[in-house]
Amino acid sequence: MKTLVWVEHDNKTVKDATLAAVTAAGKLGEVHLLVAGSGCAAVADEAAKIAGVGKVHLADDAAFEHALAENVAPLVVDLMGHHDAFICPATTTGKNIAPRVAALLDVMQISDILSVEDGDKTFTRPIYAGNAIATVTSSDPKLVITVRGTAFDKAETSGGSGTVEAVASTGDAGLSTFVSSEIAKSERPELTSAKIIVSGGRALKDAETFQEVIIPLADKLNAGVGASRAAVDAGYVPNDYQVGQTGKIVAPEAYFAIGISGAIQHLAGMKDSKVIIAINKDEDAPIFQVADIGLVGDLFKIVPELTEKL
Amino acid sequence: MKILVPVKRVIDYNVKPRVKADGSGVDLANVKMSMNPFDEIAVEEAIRIKEAGKADEIIAVSVGPAKAQETLRTALAMGADRAILVETDDTVEPLAVAKILKAIADEEQPGLIMLGKQAIDDDSNQTGQMLAALMGRPQGTFANTVEIDGGSVIVKREIDGGLETVKLTMPAIVTTDLRLNEPRYASLPNIMKAKKKQLDVKSPADFGVDTAPRLTTTNVSEPPVRQAGEKVADVDAMVAKLKALGIA
Ligand SMILES: Cc1cc2nc3c(=O)[nH]c(=O)nc-3n(C[C@H](O)[C@H](O)[C@H](O)COP(=O)(O)OP(=O)(O)OC[C@H]3O[C@@H](n4cnc5c(N)ncnc54)[C@H](O)[C@@H]3O)c2cc1C
Ligand SMILES: Cc1cc2nc3c(=O)[nH]c(=O)nc-3n(C[C@H](O)[C@H](O)[C@H](O)COP(=O)(O)OP(=O)(O)OC[C@H]3O[C@@H](n4cnc5c(N)ncnc54)[C@H](O)[C@@H]3O)c2cc1C
Repeated sequence: MKTLVWVEHDNKTVKDATLAAVTAAGKLGEVHLLVAGSGCAAVADEAAKIAGVGKVHLADDAAFEHALAENVAPLVVDLMGHHDAFICPATTTGKNIAPRVAALLDVMQISDILSVEDGDKTFTRPIYAGNAIATVTSSDPKLVITVRGTAFDKAETSGGSGTVEAVASTGDAGLSTFVSSEIAKSERPELTSAKIIVSGGRALKDAETFQEVIIPLADKLNAGVGASRAAVDAGYVPNDYQVGQTGKIVAPEAYFAIGISGAIQHLAGMKDSKVIIAINKDEDAPIFQVADIGLVGDLFKIVPELTEKL
Repeated sequence: MKILVPVKRVIDYNVKPRVKADGSGVDLANVKMSMNPFDEIAVEEAIRIKEAGKADEIIAVSVGPAKAQETLRTALAMGADRAILVETDDTVEPLAVAKILKAIADEEQPGLIMLGKQAIDDDSNQTGQMLAALMGRPQGTFANTVEIDGGSVIVKREIDGGLETVKLTMPAIVTTDLRLNEPRYASLPNIMKAKKKQLDVKSPADFGVDTAPRLTTTNVSEPPVRQAGEKVADVDAMVAKLKALGIA
């Protein structure tokens, strides 16, 4: 099978999320990549070095600068004339583009796969917030798949010898325009690739308290910072901090859940973490049912003490 | 302008789903069902647009079993004007749902179609994007704010790194994210009034859509269960454990 993997990038460098999708694609067959963007030749060169990669299709056009689904989908559909599977990381970009491609190809997408099973058209995927795992087989002639980043190892970023090939642009569909973006610049590890994550919940009271209590601990551990939906809704932190069923799915070496009760929607996003550490004043909080290390007590006493003693 | 709001009947988000012992699916017998929370947000946003004088009719649509009428009545009680149930007891995949919705949109000619970004049962996150593709119209997914501006809709989207704003030419498809609004509760008088609002029942065949699934689910199983670890007595004990595990 010939696969086409969507390369996630910012027109400068390849984003980590691509690497798990490459690994998943490798289980299906030949791995070709698509770099669509504007002024993104360097991304294609970098992508060609990813281990196991064959051809890298480079579509460099202003219409692709912001990966608008309306513009990108026709390009992918063209390339799918000679590929058997389109594979995206399950990022917000991937989730935006893949279903549009699937519908244009008249195939049912398989979302958020956890594994590739025998016979190359069978996959497992989480449903019901990860409370159930479904094994599904596609009967469509072509596959469109999104890949859960935490479920596959990352492909090596070196050792590959792909060849970059320019493809013609399909142009601007004239349906949508990019206006602006507000991307938080942070020195911190990205949530989906952080080794350690410190997350705070509703108990943190407000934005200042969140900063004062959670950030020093995260700094000490060089950790990414996450939050529950309640903390995001209340404006303690921006939306992209949300971990959970409808936020980011993470699986770090260590996940600190501080003042988070452990609702199923939150657990869905972090229960595959290697070690879960919970701090909560309620000894019956559901988070303790999944925590490897739990400490019952007032976080406003515990967290500063912990930060100091580490 | 009309707004079409597809709503799905799903397991209530407070219920912990149980996998059936024979691996055939999730046990939905005698389980509380509700409107998909993202769809409540979509209905609310449509009502706010209408209240602002920028829309004149809201049509709620559901594809599902007869009981999905309850979900549509909820949408009507919140403030939708009329409803369409496309009744089927089969499992309808997002692609087929999108095809049915396209057929309805062809008839109704809405300026805006507001869907949830994902249904919390199947977690596919596909239907809106597929509908946009089939209609050849733009999509504003994971909406944080929605603003109608003449013949365009400006959508601020929740994306991995933060927020992104796009401008879409209408008719357009928008899918809702959690922060778009806080849905209202239907008042008792409105629940009574909703019972009298128009609700048409159709079938997928009325729209000539083949709903045969493309995916076969061969097994549904429980994920590996995580064992609770231990509680430690104090911060010193926690630090010792973290050090032993190489975390600190
Ligand atoms: C459609 C939908 C999607 C959702 N998606 C997500 C999602 O992706 N991610 C997500 O997180 N949630 C999601 N939720 C929300 C989820 O159901 C919960 O409401 C949310 O996770 C609760 O956040 P919390 O644990 O911070 O708050 P709470 O449940 O209020 O818990 C706060 C905890 O802090 C503890 N506490 C209070 N004070 C202290 C103190 N001084 N010291 C120590 N502990 C203290 C309390 O004992 C309590 O356990 C979703 C809900 C819906 C309906
Ligand atoms: C193992 C398994 C078992 C299943 N069992 C059942 C079951 O018992 N009962 C059942 O109903 N489904 C069941 N389904 C799910 C059903 O096939 C999908 O839910 C459906 O195809 C739509 O997917 P989604 O809701 O995840 O779409 P998403 O793309 O996540 O939905 C996004 C939005 O699209 C709209 N939308 C989606 N579906 C509808 C609809 N039907 N009507 C109106 N608007 C809609 C809503 O606005 C929704 O917020 C099952 C699926 C699997 C894999």
